[in-house]
Formats: sequence, C-alpha cells, structure tokens
Amino acid sequence: MTEHILVMRSITKRFPGVIALKDVSLTVDDGEIHAICGENGAGKSTLMKVLSGVEPAGSYEGEIHYRGRPVSFSSINESEAEGIVIIHQELALVPHLSIAENIFLGNEQTRGGVISWHETNARAAELMARVGLDENPVTLVGQLGVGKQQLVEIAKALTKNVSLLILDEPTAALNDDDSEHLLGLIRGLRDEGVTSIIISHKLGEIAAVADATTVIRDGSTIETIDMRVPDDEKSTLVPRIIKGMVGRDIDSLYPERHAEIGEEIFRIEDWHVTHPTQPDRLLVDGAALNVRAGEVVGIAGLMGAGRTELAMSVFGHSYGRDITGTAYMHGKPVLMRTVSEAIDAGIAYVSEDRKQFGLNLIQDIRTNVTSAALSKVTSRGWIDGNEEIAVAERYRSSLNIKTPTVMAQVGKLSGGNQQKVVLSKWLYTEPDLLILDEPTRGVDVGAKFEIYSIINELAEAGKAIIVISSELPEVMGLADRIYTLSTGRITGEVAAQDATQERLMELMTMERE
Amino acid sequence: MAGTSNIKELLTRNLRQSGIYIAFVFIIVLFTILTGGALLSPGNLTNLVLQYSYILILAIGMVLIIVAGHIDLSVGSVVALTGGVAAVVVIGNGLPWWVGVLAALGTGVLVGLWQGFWVAYVGIPAFIVTLAGMLIFRGLTMQVLGNVSLSPFPEQYQYISGGFLNGLFGGDGYDAFTLFLAAALVVVFAIQQYRGRLAKLKYKQPVEALVLFWLKTAVVALVVMAFAWQLAHSRGLPVVLILLAALVLIYGFISQRTIFGRHIYAMGGNLQAAQLSGVKTRRVNMLLFVNMGLLSAVAGIVYSARSNSAQPGAGNMFELDAIAAAFIGGAAVTGGIGKVHGAIIGGLIMAVMSNGMQIMGIDQSTQSVVRGVVLLLAVAFDVWNKKRSTSAA
Repeated sequence: MTEHILVMRSITKRFPGVIALKDVSLTVDDGEIHAICGENGAGKSTLMKVLSGVEPAGSYEGEIHYRGRPVSFSSINESEAEGIVIIHQELALVPHLSIAENIFLGNEQTRGGVISWHETNARAAELMARVGLDENPVTLVGQLGVGKQQLVEIAKALTKNVSLLILDEPTAALNDDDSEHLLGLIRGLRDEGVTSIIISHKLGEIAAVADATTVIRDGSTIETIDMRVPDDEKSTLVPRIIKGMVGRDIDSLYPERHAEIGEEIFRIEDWHVTHPTQPDRLLVDGAALNVRAGEVVGIAGLMGAGRTELAMSVFGHSYGRDITGTAYMHGKPVLMRTVSEAIDAGIAYVSEDRKQFGLNLIQDIRTNVTSAALSKVTSRGWIDGNEEIAVAERYRSSLNIKTPTVMAQVGKLSGGNQQKVVLSKWLYTEPDLLILDEPTRGVDVGAKFEIYSIINELAEAGKAIIVISSELPEVMGLADRIYTLSTGRITGEVAAQDATQERLMELMTMERE
Repeated sequence: MAGTSNIKELLTRNLRQSGIYIAFVFIIVLFTILTGGALLSPGNLTNLVLQYSYILILAIGMVLIIVAGHIDLSVGSVVALTGGVAAVVVIGNGLPWWVGVLAALGTGVLVGLWQGFWVAYVGIPAFIVTLAGMLIFRGLTMQVLGNVSLSPFPEQYQYISGGFLNGLFGGDGYDAFTLFLAAALVVVFAIQQYRGRLAKLKYKQPVEALVLFWLKTAVVALVVMAFAWQLAHSRGLPVVLILLAALVLIYGFISQRTIFGRHIYAMGGNLQAAQLSGVKTRRVNMLLFVNMGLLSAVAGIVYSARSNSAQPGAGNMFELDAIAAAFIGGAAVTGGIGKVHGAIIGGLIMAVMSNGMQIMGIDQSTQSVVRGVVLLLAVAFDVWNKKRSTSAA
C-alpha cells in the first residue's frame, strides 16, 4: 500500500459573503503526479493557498495531514520548511537579478556573512543542470523566455529540499516545446521521489502526465480519478474530467430575452495580436467573428486563451502590438488605433478587472459615470456639475445602484454596485457594440441576475453585445451564439441551442496540432 | 433625496478639506498672539501678499502636476530663466516692458514644451525630466545673464508686483476703492453661492440649512472685508493680488469644470482606467507641463519685478516651497486628489509661518526645521486620513 504524503480533510474556507471551499478533501500519494482540474473560480487556487499557509491556519475549517502528521501552517515559510513549495502562475522572480541570484534569493550562500559568488554560481549551475536549463548562471532572468523562467523557479524550489511541489498552471504561458520539456522534468522529479500537484486547464497534458486527477467544482470535490489505467481506457478519462468540471445544472438564473436580431453591427477578420513584450508569442491568431444588432454573442475560453487580449486589441489597440486584421462597423471598415477612436466608432469595453481598468476608486460615482463621455455634459467648455448629477441619478435608479448618494466614493461600494457603475459609464457613451469581459466576476448572485437583465434589455434595445466569460453556464444562459477560444484561435462556433457544456469544454481545451 | 446637513456633518464629511482651514485659522491665531498682533497689521499683511505671491502662483500649477501623479523640480530654475530673459530684453536691449513680459512668457511655454515632450512622448518620469530641467535651466540662466545681475527695471515693469491701485475713489487715510472692490466681490460671491444652492435644490441635491448657509457666507464676507480694511489702511490694493485672485479663479474653474481638468484627476486616480476611457494622456501631460512653464514665467516676471533685478541665483528652492504648499493643501502623494484653493491655503500656511517667525526674530535655521516638521505632519495626516476612510468602508 502506498503511503499518503498529503491528506486534506473537510476543508471549508469562507470569504466575506462567499464560501470558496466547502468540505473539500484531497488525498495525494507519495511520489505521484496529482492533477487538480476545475473551472476558473472553482476553488483550486484557494485550496493550494490553504495548503501552503498563504491562508493561515485558523482562517479555515478542516484538517491537513502531511507525512502522517497533522500540520497547521500559518505562513508560507512554515510550509516551505516542511518541503512544500508552491510555484504561482505569475512567476515571483526578480528580472534584474541573475539566474543564480534568483535561485538563492532569501537563501543566500554566505561565508562569514559575505555572499560567496563562487559558491552561489557553482551550486546554481548544478541545479540548472538538474532542471535542464542550459544558460550561464550570471544571465539576467529578464533576458530569459517564460519557459526558462519557469525552470528557474523549479531550480529555486529544489534548493528548499522540496518534497511536495505545487505548480499553478505551469504551462499556461508556455509554447508546446517548453511545455513538453517542463512535463518531462516533472516526471523526472517524480522518479527522484518528488511529489507534484499540478493545477491545469490543459486536459490533454493532464491525461499524459498525471497519475491521479481530482476534479473540483463550485468549491467541492467531485471525484478523484485514477489515471493509471490501461491504454485502451485512456480515451475515457478526458470526457470524464470534463463532465466532472461542468456537471452542474443551468438553473433559472437567466431571465428570458425577447430581442429581435437584425443587421450585422460588428465584424473582425483575420485578427492577429502579438504579445506586448514577447514578439514571438502570438496571443490572438487569425480570429474572425461577427455580431448583429440585438444579438448576444458569447466568447468562451479558459484563462490564457486570449479572450481579454482579443477584446482589448479591438478596443482601440489598448493591448498587444503588431495588431493586424480588419474590423468593420455596420459593414464599413473602421480604424481604431486609439481608445477615443473606438468610442467614437460606437464600441464600449467593460473590463474584467474593474478596479484596475474600469474605475477611479478615489472619486465619486458621478465623476466615474460621466468620465468616458464628458463632452455630453459640457456646454461651451464648462462641465455642468448638476447635469452630471442628474445623469448619475438616472443610472442609479435604472440600474439600481445601491448607494445613498451619487457623491459616494466608488471604492466604498460592493463589487456588484461597482460593476453597475462601470456599466453606467459605458452605457452613457451610447455604444452600438458592448464588449463585456467577465461581467459578473466578484459579483453576488442577486446582482448577477440584475446584470443579466440589463444585458437583455440592451439587446432588446438593438445593441450588439459580446460577453466574454469562463463560466460556461453563464455563456450558455446569455448568448445566442458562442465562439470558443483556445490558445488564441477560434476553435468553434456553436449556436446556443446546440451547445452543451461538454462540447464547449472540448473546444475550449483543444490544443494546437 | 433632498436634505440639509448640519455643522458637524459639514466638518466631518470631508476632513481632508475642512482640516486644512482649521489648521490655517489655528496658525493665524497662534502667530497673531506670538507676534503681539503684528502679523495682522496693515503694513505686514500687504508685505505678506507681495512676498509670497510668486510661490502661490507656482503652487497653482504644481498642484495640477501633482494631481496628475507627476512632480516638477525645475520651477525655481525656470523662474530665474524667465526673469533673466525679461531683463535682457528690457534692461539689456532697452525694449518696452511688455516685450519683456511676452518674451518671458514665451520662454516659459518653450520650457514646458521641452519637458512635456520628454514626459508625455518619451515616457521618462517627470522627476527625472524636471531634475534635468533644474540643472539645464539654471545653467541657461547664467549664460543668458552672462553670470551677472541685471537691474534696475523700468518703472512700468516694477509696477507689476510693486504697484498699488490707490486713491481712485479717494478716502481719508484709507483707500475707498479697495473697500469698494472687496464689497463688490463679497456680493458677487454671495449671489454665486445662492444661485448654486438653488440649482442644487432644483436637482434635489442635499444642501446645508439656510441658517448655516448665511452663516458661512457672513464669515467669508467678514474675513474678506477685514482683510480689505487692513490693506486699505496701508498702501491700497496690490496689483499682484488682483493677478493672483484672477489666476486662482481661472484655475479653480479649469480644474473643476473643464474636460481638461477632469482628465487630470482621472489620470491621477487611475491611469489605466483613464486611458481605457479615451483620455488622451499624452496630450494632457503635454498641456500640463506647458501650463506649468507658463505659470513659472508669470512667477518669474513677478519675482524679478519685485526684486527689481534678474539674478543668476534667483528662485532657488522655490520648487520645494511650491511642492510643500500643494501637499500641505491636501494633495495626495499618489495623485488623483488635490485642489487649487487647497494649494493656495497650503502656501498661505507656509507664508504666515515664515512671516510670523521672521517678525519674532527666530533665526533661519529654526524656521527651516519648523517648516519641515509642518510638511511632514501634513502628509502624515493625509496618510492617516486615508487609512481611516478605508477602514470605515
């Protein structure tokens, strides 16, 4: 019988207003590669934060046994001392330091209180050989590609005598060769006795590398699948994982819509976007799509598929570089090289990250609502403050923003109300096309329903709407037509009535041949 | 929801703004007592206006720069350069005084274009650009002036900061015109306020109770009239005060009621959100620095007119006074918050403190320490206030 290196039992984690994890259990055998699958927001990352002590003991319920002993970590240092190392999706490296300096950051090789560069670089070279990183130890990390940076992270983990390595979406930003190398390395570490937990959306990869897979949905464990099956049964594994990830009913959360679908409003053809700092990485690869008046079009894709990059590049080239392709509004080609040109063309983009890209949190609701269409409250150069208030009041009542006054600071509103302020701001520009990027992220159920109703009203008013979401039920509940996006390519177009979650997930996880 | 608010609400609702007025009143009272009333004497009040006007002019531009999330370290050098150019034109070449003024203003705009280019279009942090500007423009001043002071300016030029409107309406031992102008100002202010209140009521916005409204207006009227009374009993109405008042009014409006002004606050509050709302951030940055250059030129003209000379070392450390005025006046270190009238009050707090300490005969070194401590406390208050408001959310 194999020994369990890790047993997490009945973990429940509450955030204000939300239960992120309910009664989750996870058992990992010693020396295996254990995958965790689930939709965005299912609770995978939270579970790993609980394990590594980022969420300190006491802030959650349940117990954790590691190597047969109960443990309660209250910081990441304590879990690292036990050999549990987590590598986050956003790498925690210092670009201006060398590979060797990064590997030993916080664990400097000193002799008599002075850093010994000879030892640092020599030991770094050994570790780099172990992870297959063929570079000079004094090369700056910023000069490496993401794949090699990932290897530096793993080398850094090895210095901490890692016995349980957690990788959060390690291949999301990697090309196929780098992914292949990384997975090979993880297999090699398994043979040396290192247990790994991999969080990943790429199911093909998981089928190839994992010994067991735990599926999490809506903060609960669905099942743990033994992946060590005979080859002829392998093909059943991925469908089973998909079913587990999405097997949730679409309830009556989505109000009905009676919109008349009219003429085409917006179309893009052969759209390409390159990463802003990595010129060899194509984020959007030949995308084409269209949306008509009164129509809600969904874009379904997992994290890193290029959803936001596609939307922002359309919206006045506000993300990426070397953007090529043609955009049409009302059948005519339009050039939108700046955001103000995009707004003038009749496009509005509601960002997935309202705090960073949508709102001025230190200002009041009034100022935020008018900020994208100030000229509408301006006459002869003067802004009419009272007219602004009237506008904001109008949206406060029509969108039901819960606040005592429109002079309240936006930063003090709840997520749902903040989202309504962002929506107000863009509705006030009177766009023909609204691109909504994760419109209900961080929003409670009641406000979700209200936002869905607003989307329906807009479609009924003849606007064209694109909804980007990683929650499949949301896309299916809202959209008339769904495009699936995977690794920057549009992999499918499915009419709402033909869409099943399994079908979509399959298209969304389709990897490049 | 129409409603009225009481005094307590009025004070606590915006501690950042009301705190600065309370501090200002406190400092005036404190130094009036410490100087045995000399601070508020007619002659000294007039002096105060003349002596600190250029810092206040600089503070108006600086607070906008700070709200946008930048800083300008070069304004002291630009004051020297523009004053120097005016002197070379007027004193060196014997051209009329107004040619000198135009040349100085033109120089200020050129300086602004130069710095705006590096900040807005090349993307170099304003701290670096204006640090370089501080060295460059100081050097250029020395070259323009040939390393010597130029003086004296013709009388008309001196009049810009040394002139008084006096005796237009006569008066025995006092200037009736000053009082008349102040009274007119008070009436206009009261009408404006009352119309604003009516408009707010029309839009069903909360306003303060009518009693409170008249009380507030009466206090403002009283302060303005008392100030004018003192000025009228000295040399009359300084020309530079009219200039300053006009600038405060104009820039108050620009910052609060134009699209350009709104964009400055939007950029300082959240640059990325501003860009994604269609704000042309480069153009706004360019305009901001051109404006700062222009105001530095105005300050340069006022300063050179007051000192009746252009010196290579003029305006040294002015940038620090202007920056301190903005921060004491409630501008946020992280940008997005700050008001023109706040910066003016901040500048006046510094002015009253310096002036009061001078009257008391406190030596320069101690003055410097006190001013430093006050700046530190003002920003500490801002940080504390921010923490308080986030924890209340």
